[in-house]
Amino acid sequence: MNAFANIKTITKRELVAYFASPLAYVILVIFLLLCSGFTFFVQSGAGTYFGRGDASLTTFFMWHPWFYLFLVPAVGMRLWAEERRVGTFELLMTMPITAWQAIVGKFLASWIFLGLALLLTVPLWITTNYLGNPDNGVIFAAYLGSWLMAGSYLAISCIMSAITRSQVVSFILALVACLVLIFCGFPPVIDFLSQGFLGSFASHPWFVNAVASMSVMTHFEGFQKGVLDSRDLIYFLSVIVFSLFTTSVILRGHRAG
Amino acid sequence: MIKVQNLVKIFGTKRAVDGVSFEVERGEVLGFLGPNGAGKSTSMRMITGFIPPTEGSVTVGGFNMVEKPISAKRLIGYLPENAPAYTDMTVSGFLNFSAELRGLRGDARKKAVARVIEMCFLESVQHQSVETLSKGYRHRTCFAQSIIHDPDVLVLDEPTDGLDPNQKHEIRNLIRRMGEKKAIIFSTHILEEVDAVCSRAIIIDRGRIVANGTPSELRQKSEWAGAVTLRVIGVNGGAVSQKLSQLSTVKRATILKEDATGVTARVFPKENVNGALAHSIADAAHGWRIEELHTEEGRLDDVFRAITMPDTAEEKN
Repeated sequence: MNAFANIKTITKRELVAYFASPLAYVILVIFLLLCSGFTFFVQSGAGTYFGRGDASLTTFFMWHPWFYLFLVPAVGMRLWAEERRVGTFELLMTMPITAWQAIVGKFLASWIFLGLALLLTVPLWITTNYLGNPDNGVIFAAYLGSWLMAGSYLAISCIMSAITRSQVVSFILALVACLVLIFCGFPPVIDFLSQGFLGSFASHPWFVNAVASMSVMTHFEGFQKGVLDSRDLIYFLSVIVFSLFTTSVILRGHRAG
Repeated sequence: MIKVQNLVKIFGTKRAVDGVSFEVERGEVLGFLGPNGAGKSTSMRMITGFIPPTEGSVTVGGFNMVEKPISAKRLIGYLPENAPAYTDMTVSGFLNFSAELRGLRGDARKKAVARVIEMCFLESVQHQSVETLSKGYRHRTCFAQSIIHDPDVLVLDEPTDGLDPNQKHEIRNLIRRMGEKKAIIFSTHILEEVDAVCSRAIIIDRGRIVANGTPSELRQKSEWAGAVTLRVIGVNGGAVSQKLSQLSTVKRATILKEDATGVTARVFPKENVNGALAHSIADAAHGWRIEELHTEEGRLDDVFRAITMPDTAEEKN
């Protein structure tokens, strides 16, 4: 009971802190602008929203891994870096709470914030229903997948934020780490591994598969198609849990000196 | 309430804290003195459970800080060095947050926040963002946070640092008043504060305790302790020092100042004279017009320098 109360207190504080700074509004506005711009106007492999000829949000969700690449590190960069820079980390760690409660509380706050950003795109969903008859189950699954993916990026941003006192460094490190997670499932990378000068891996398909299965792209794909595969769920949740665990180890390291 | 046993902290190859042991009971205010980098803050961070000790143990109210951190931390209020506070919150928002983490809910929380706002004179800034506060107010805000749950144990790292003289006075009074019911440790390098507030003081240097006692006990260690300062009118310095050095109680007499009106001298007693020096001087001084005659208590800053300087000199060599 006590643990939940502590987590709630920290989550609430972090959420309020987001909206006390202009950063939150900037991120929300940029996310919404990017979403509507790319969904309607950018020509991609899947066509455009209107050009596709079917009522779906495919052209909306396909960009999410890329939007999040910039936005999620911006949301997560201050979580621990700021705390350590200002010195409130010491205050927090001498309160009668465990480090886990603080880590989970902060993570949840940012995740809820990202969920809110996602929620603000619901008018798109409504519009699609107005214009045609989309498969709402697929769209719901894609929303869920998108939120889980944002959570994975965020948990990785937590690690990077715990590493340094500088928000800028934390942002860049998180961006690179998330880019790696995208790229390991990117077709050119897979092709490169199986046919390029590392072609020897062609005879070891397990390696290529292992790399590809580390990618957010492959796991987000299922959700986009409306398939709720337990493997995809487990993937995202384990990235989150593992990253938060790593965060706790790093924070403990700072304290041990 | 606080029991510190053989506390050691090693950073890399440096022994920042090297075998510190002491106890603080309820009703005691312990002053923690030492030059910069002596290990004061590191010790306090171990006592409050922010960093784990390399060796040794900290027990607060019977709870071991490593084994039962949550129970131990519940009893402590802590003001870290530089008084950090969340800059994106208002003063009352920050205090409400601290109160909630301390397990205060509903009415109890509101009462606690109102109480510390009043105690720390924060009424005028309570709706202001911490970021816009002056240093003194931010310091008091963080101090308010440390006493919000009326803790049995208070650990204050330089609580008066950066405050103006009036604010220093207020905070000292507050500490002294709270010291009647709580166990308090506070660090400082302002020695007058020790006299004003502490019931006991520890001097720590290069990670080790080098002196431990009441402020007056520490003063006794001064070479000036027990010396007599004398000012007489209408005599010359030669006559004064000649007469004084003939006394059986006097070890040494030095003339501090000699001018047209008179002579100021400092007289050091022999061992085991114990306060009889002033009497014997007064008896011997027939015919002199004595303007001033008093026994020195010794000064803490001399003791502090005498204890901590030899080591720093060594380090330079």
